[in-house]
Amino acid sequence: MQSIERAAAVLRLLAGGAGRLSLGEIARSLDLAKGTTHGILQTLRKVGFVEQDRASGQYQLGAAMLRLGTGYLDVNELRSRSINWADPLAARSGEAVRIGTVLEGQVLVVHHVFRPDDTFQTLDVGSLLPMHATALGKALLAYGATPPASLDRFTSRTVGTQRELAAALQVVRECGWSADIEELTPGEASIAAPIRAYGGLVVGAIGISGHVERLCDSRYHPRPQLVANVRDAARAVSRDLGAARR
Amino acid sequence: MTERYVVAIDQGTTSTRCIVFDRRGQLVSLAQQEHKQYYPKPGWVEHDAAEIWRNVERLGPEALRRAGATIDQVAAVGIANQRETTVLWDRTTGQPVGHAVVWQDTRTDTMVSELDTAPGAEGVRHRSALPLATYFSGPRIRWMLDHHPGLQERAERGEVLFGTMETWLIWKLTGGLHVTDVTNASRTLLLDVHTLDWSSESLAFFGIPRAMLPEVRPSIGVFGTATAAFPGVRIGAALGDQQAALFGQTCFAPGEAKCTYGTGSFLLLNTGSELVRSTHGLLSTVAYQIKGEPAAYALEGSIAITGSLVQWFRDQLELITSAPEIETLARTVTDNGGCYIVPAFSGLYAPYWRSEARGVIVGLTSYITKGHLARAVLEASAWQTREVVDAMNADSGLALKTLRVDGGMTADNLLMQFIADVLDVPVVRPLAAETVSLGAAYGAGLAVGYWPDLEGLRQNWHRAAQWLPTMEAGKRETEYANWQRAVARTFDWIQA
Repeated sequence: MQSIERAAAVLRLLAGGAGRLSLGEIARSLDLAKGTTHGILQTLRKVGFVEQDRASGQYQLGAAMLRLGTGYLDVNELRSRSINWADPLAARSGEAVRIGTVLEGQVLVVHHVFRPDDTFQTLDVGSLLPMHATALGKALLAYGATPPASLDRFTSRTVGTQRELAAALQVVRECGWSADIEELTPGEASIAAPIRAYGGLVVGAIGISGHVERLCDSRYHPRPQLVANVRDAARAVSRDLGAARR
Repeated sequence: MTERYVVAIDQGTTSTRCIVFDRRGQLVSLAQQEHKQYYPKPGWVEHDAAEIWRNVERLGPEALRRAGATIDQVAAVGIANQRETTVLWDRTTGQPVGHAVVWQDTRTDTMVSELDTAPGAEGVRHRSALPLATYFSGPRIRWMLDHHPGLQERAERGEVLFGTMETWLIWKLTGGLHVTDVTNASRTLLLDVHTLDWSSESLAFFGIPRAMLPEVRPSIGVFGTATAAFPGVRIGAALGDQQAALFGQTCFAPGEAKCTYGTGSFLLLNTGSELVRSTHGLLSTVAYQIKGEPAAYALEGSIAITGSLVQWFRDQLELITSAPEIETLARTVTDNGGCYIVPAFSGLYAPYWRSEARGVIVGLTSYITKGHLARAVLEASAWQTREVVDAMNADSGLALKTLRVDGGMTADNLLMQFIADVLDVPVVRPLAAETVSLGAAYGAGLAVGYWPDLEGLRQNWHRAAQWLPTMEAGKRETEYANWQRAVARTFDWIQA
């Protein structure tokens, strides 16, 4: 993977140099063709690792590079980019929609769309949900989030052991979506799917929740049409965030 | 049966979007492209109309491809457009004459202040129900005719045509149909808002030849059939973007109001078939007209700078890297720290209409961080809304009960909560933040019978989010007083 090596060299050069460098300077320093260097810089710019000064055209390390250790996608940006796809999901499924991301071992609700029946509901953006007892949390856990140390029990159906959880997450990875059926609240269910950004990185999850009779069929399985709606919405948001079609 | 769709073209100030909607009024796919902003001098803002048309030509097929739909599944196309932006082009070649002059452009300010006291100005104001201001298209046409040699003569011979963006796009889409709709025409200063046709007296006042003007049509009704971008599809509606949002929010009854938060923000109140003349700095405008029916009117409160203040914060101050991060930064502090930003970048619009005002940041102390500035940026949008709502309540004699909101900034929860707090009424977002496009789609769909009637559209409206006021009354009054003192400091900055 020569291109990754070269990209790493560009980043080291920008990190070590005295501020901004021009395309020519970078190409000369690394003994690369200008065209090759330009291609690498454009890709690094797209993912936020490099920024280009608008006036001079020179390059420097991007804000995303400096934040590598912390959150990677601003939660308000995630909401802003997904709002157009969360609304149709609520309209098509008839259920409330939430988008979640990981915050200190819990699911942080970053966006909430009311169930479209015009009944009184309150926004719960900013609230926290348990990872192992919600579809949103399982979708995040299945793709890299750290599982909580203790698995609190909310109902008789809550996943109780790390082994059970590992098995459940394996199923999520195989299907590409997750569900909770009366695992947090009796009578309630939820369905979710991961939101991916460039390179396939999971940055959040989008899902619906509501009465178990509406979300599940008579055998307690999530309704295939609703699962398809959730997955379509997740794919649409992912595409807007730059993930490749899959 | 194959699913059928309606497509909206939303030709906005910073970008053009094509959006595919289904029968529920839900977004199926979206394709978007920004266009270049030209700032040749302070106060001047221009667009390249040819670039915008190329974008439409590309985005239409792209949006259909993303929806997995073919052109024969499109029942109709509707247009919503940035208003008052003025395009002149050559009838024969189809080439624009120079750049389009954008609604934010203030190059006509000297001319407008001279015209404001000229004989006949009162008649123009009365017939158009608008104040003489740089905001509207008429003075821009005059300016362009004055600054391109020989243009006046060519315009008189009908060789050069005028249009706002919807006129330009319909002309390109149909290969030469020269029409406008009543909502866009009502923003030129040239229309008689009662007869809904160009006023000969107002045209004479500005010296604008009638031969260059498009035919005025109802907003909702088939304009013609597209031959480019959407070949074979009927164009069912054209509305100014803010009127489209009012329609998209299904504010069909007198007393219903919405505010759209975009580059600028626009609060429109449906006043029914009666034109209400404001005594508090609001505009009277045509809300929409369905073919064969009388027009509906609206009162409008226009705020020039709201979302564009966030863009300025991002692009000029470089304190954030994307617009939504303003909320993240604002949440690093709990209040504004005593700091207020009044973004009178090109003067103040409603309710002040002070073109000589310029922006201020007041209350700066060594305590202020960029977090406080971010708060002040968001709060500026809320306080400007409050001023417009106060004016609207005074004009209509009714107190606003809830505010329906839409536009990109409704994704900002901190801002929406603050608006509810300063207005002291619930703020409600419908299950379709893209109401500008939706309104154009609704109009186009109604025109071709895709949707049966207004009641059918109302049933598509659902509440997606609601913010309830929580601010204590005393704090609200103190903060409002501070804001108004800050506004007073912007006045009289530009000296004649």
